[in-house]
Amino acid sequence: MSAIDNDIAQNARQQHRQLRISILRYDPRDPASTPRMQEYRIEEADSMTLFIALNEIREHQDPTLQFDFVCRAGICGSSAIMVNGRPQLACRTLTRDLPNEITLAPLPFFELIGDLSVNTGKWMRGMSERLQAWLHTKEREVDICRVEERMDPDVAEQIYELDRCIECGCCVAACGTAQMRKDFVGAVGFGKIARFRLDPRDVRTDDDFYELIGDDTGVFGCMSLLACQDVCPKSLPLQTQIAFLRRKMAAQGFTSSTR
Amino acid sequence: MKTVMTDVLVIGGGLAGLRIAIAARKRGHEAVVLSLVPPKRSHSSAAQGGMQASLANVAKGTGDNEDVHFEDTVRGSDWGADQVVARMFVNTAPKAVRELAAWGTPWSRVRGGEHKVIINEQKVTLTERTEAHGLIAQRDFGGTKKWRTCYAADGTGHAMLFTTSNQAICHGVEVHERTEALALIHDGGRCYGAVVRNLITGELVAYLAKATAIAAGGAGRLYSATTSAVICEGMGHGLALETGVAPLGNMEAVQFHPTGIVPSGILVTEGCRGDGGLLRDVNGERFMPHYEPEKKELASRDVVSRRMEEHIRSGKGVSSRFGSHLWLDITLLGRQHIEHNLREVKEICQYFLGIDPAEKWIPVRPTQHYTMGGVRTDHSGQSPWLKGLFAAGEAACWDLHGFNRLGGNSVAETVVAGMIVGEFIADFCDKPENGAPFPLTLAREFVQREEAKLAKLLDGGGRENAFKIYTEMQHVMTDHVGIFRQGDALLAGVAHLQRLRERSAEIGVSGKSRAANPELVAAYRVRRMLKLALAVAQGAYLRTESRGAHFREDFPRRNDKEWLKRTLTFWPDEAATLPRFEYEPLDVMKMELPPGWRGYGAKDYIEHPDTPRRQQEIEAIRSQMEGQDRFAVQETLMPYVGELPASLAGRNERLDEPLEAAQ
Repeated sequence: MSAIDNDIAQNARQQHRQLRISILRYDPRDPASTPRMQEYRIEEADSMTLFIALNEIREHQDPTLQFDFVCRAGICGSSAIMVNGRPQLACRTLTRDLPNEITLAPLPFFELIGDLSVNTGKWMRGMSERLQAWLHTKEREVDICRVEERMDPDVAEQIYELDRCIECGCCVAACGTAQMRKDFVGAVGFGKIARFRLDPRDVRTDDDFYELIGDDTGVFGCMSLLACQDVCPKSLPLQTQIAFLRRKMAAQGFTSSTR
Repeated sequence: MKTVMTDVLVIGGGLAGLRIAIAARKRGHEAVVLSLVPPKRSHSSAAQGGMQASLANVAKGTGDNEDVHFEDTVRGSDWGADQVVARMFVNTAPKAVRELAAWGTPWSRVRGGEHKVIINEQKVTLTERTEAHGLIAQRDFGGTKKWRTCYAADGTGHAMLFTTSNQAICHGVEVHERTEALALIHDGGRCYGAVVRNLITGELVAYLAKATAIAAGGAGRLYSATTSAVICEGMGHGLALETGVAPLGNMEAVQFHPTGIVPSGILVTEGCRGDGGLLRDVNGERFMPHYEPEKKELASRDVVSRRMEEHIRSGKGVSSRFGSHLWLDITLLGRQHIEHNLREVKEICQYFLGIDPAEKWIPVRPTQHYTMGGVRTDHSGQSPWLKGLFAAGEAACWDLHGFNRLGGNSVAETVVAGMIVGEFIADFCDKPENGAPFPLTLAREFVQREEAKLAKLLDGGGRENAFKIYTEMQHVMTDHVGIFRQGDALLAGVAHLQRLRERSAEIGVSGKSRAANPELVAAYRVRRMLKLALAVAQGAYLRTESRGAHFREDFPRRNDKEWLKRTLTFWPDEAATLPRFEYEPLDVMKMELPPGWRGYGAKDYIEHPDTPRRQQEIEAIRSQMEGQDRFAVQETLMPYVGELPASLAGRNERLDEPLEAAQ
């Protein structure tokens, strides 16, 4: 087999571009601070991601610039920001896929910490508490010395599929309803409910789930604009899940009201 | 002074820390977890391939049990591990997997019947037992005799972390996100909590607790090329070291993972090779069988990484402007397998390399991956030098991994140690003599000391730049303290780090905000990281042998006669530019598995004088006890069950090993 040519190698031969990166700067804790766009210029490098670019700016041009990265590998969900108006994970955004002029802003909806950093963690914890996003089982304790309970391999894979959500906040940032009502649970919340609803180990019924999401702050608030699914970095089937949940919850609502 | 009082203060919101907090809550104690980031973003989430536990559900796992897992772990450690701890671990690992299953982790499951796999380039048909259908599946990993690695596709750490974090929420565990411990509050004999900085507001708060647990992960960021997340800066290690009394163990033992992608250093899982992927060189040739005929691509990580570097040195690397690399070929596994079982790998290749790994080879090179060294603890997870201070996970030197950790044993250690150490912490808190009152005056002194340090960085007029020193330190570590080590280069590295440490006293921060201030954070962290770097580099210089991941070209043999001992690093003098070293011998006469050949890697080592004697003793016991069950033999060779918390001491059921009704 001949050596495989690599896409990186082809890019090496290209001239490096000068990037103009405009960043929305604001420190909500500093009374003197007002929101403003600040432009930085850097030379593009091979395989440069926004993770590399932003760190270069911070280390060489502006040590006060705030942003969040953890795994820098698209796994942990820390680095969601608005890149040219679209929510996405900055760590795995290659600058070569962007034009020379790049505009970066923090995710809307979430509490701003400063510059590109927002408090998704606080909101996600609140959402988890509100939706009781953990497995509800019959017995409190299982005997962990014994062979585990069986699960259908396909069901396990389907649950894993929904469990891949990284709580990055892109779906909420892109959501029309969330821009209008702060108490909306968002696609991330519906994804959790769909995940536990699918799990045969969870004892909750549709009646229980209806209590959690059966109103306008829940599944009936969704306007089906589909942006959540368009921007999900894990390509989760959010819209199908929401549509399915809405059908189930509507049926449940009907059953409850006629009971 | 603002204070927070609790029973258990956990520093670190990854798997180990959360599991400790859950254990404490279940036993009726309060727990507060400090986390630099939202806990679901912890580095635990990056574990891909799986966790080792001897469930023996799959065909290739038949016959697996605690004994086999124990031996693999000890051989993997190159006999550096504490064998009692390794026993406690292997007996608890199946329980940890099953607990997570009961909490909701979507483990991949066995499909009964025939399925095709790739083993050593050959398509092989395996038949899974019907009675195993739906049980938790295992895959192959490096350095193991059986298929033992339980997995949720290749997002295992993510799935485990979300499950555990959700359980923590269910149990009402308080997590104080975006907070950072700056110093442990202690009086030289007893730890009482920590001085904590709020990373958003900059406020300093004294957290006072009966027990303090460090579960803050590894120190990968000491190196310029690492698979670790940016938060893995060894700050938990640093907290203990800076007490001056609590030592770190085996800091020179640093693992390099064979398959970090080039150039970003992001990990692609060992599962790629476990599932049948191959390493190839510039000519497209598979080279590992030539070096390691027994285990090939699936020898332990230290061995595979060295063989790869050796092959690159012999001119067989692929040149790129990021330096030389080799290829990881998973195309032979087929698209179907990659899109189901190696999804994260596929995404990483797509986003960071722009390639489809079902069609193209992945450029890889050994990359810093794991810190075997950590806060030295006893088997209960407590520091014998500082009462009330516990540690677990990558931040600890418990010591499960010795000088090389097996793939799949670290994410397993996080939850297993969380369970075990969590119980011991709860026991500790149960004792009335370990309760309040807390020493408030002492706490105030510690807070004031940290305030003064921050003030000096902000207002001291220093001219050194924290980011520059940070980058320079990373390059010194990568160039001088990497996979192949050599006396002169290490000495030069140590001298360079000492100069950096001196310069770091003159760091000044240009942005003056006391609240969220990334430069200030880099400034105080790099000062502590330099101490860790010196502990690693000087420890590596002093250890004149090769063991596990620590390889000295000038001392290539493992030397049990002189070096079968654990390195302890203390930093008693703040003004010093070098730590103090002590060594803790390992007792061959108490080992269940005395030192020998690992089954891969070099066959040549210098024997410990006790080894033949202990070997004879063991053979005599085994022949005397012939016919008795494996548990009785094991307990005679090296008792450990009594060291486990009673709730975790039970035996593990398997399909082929039903539990007695009496159990």
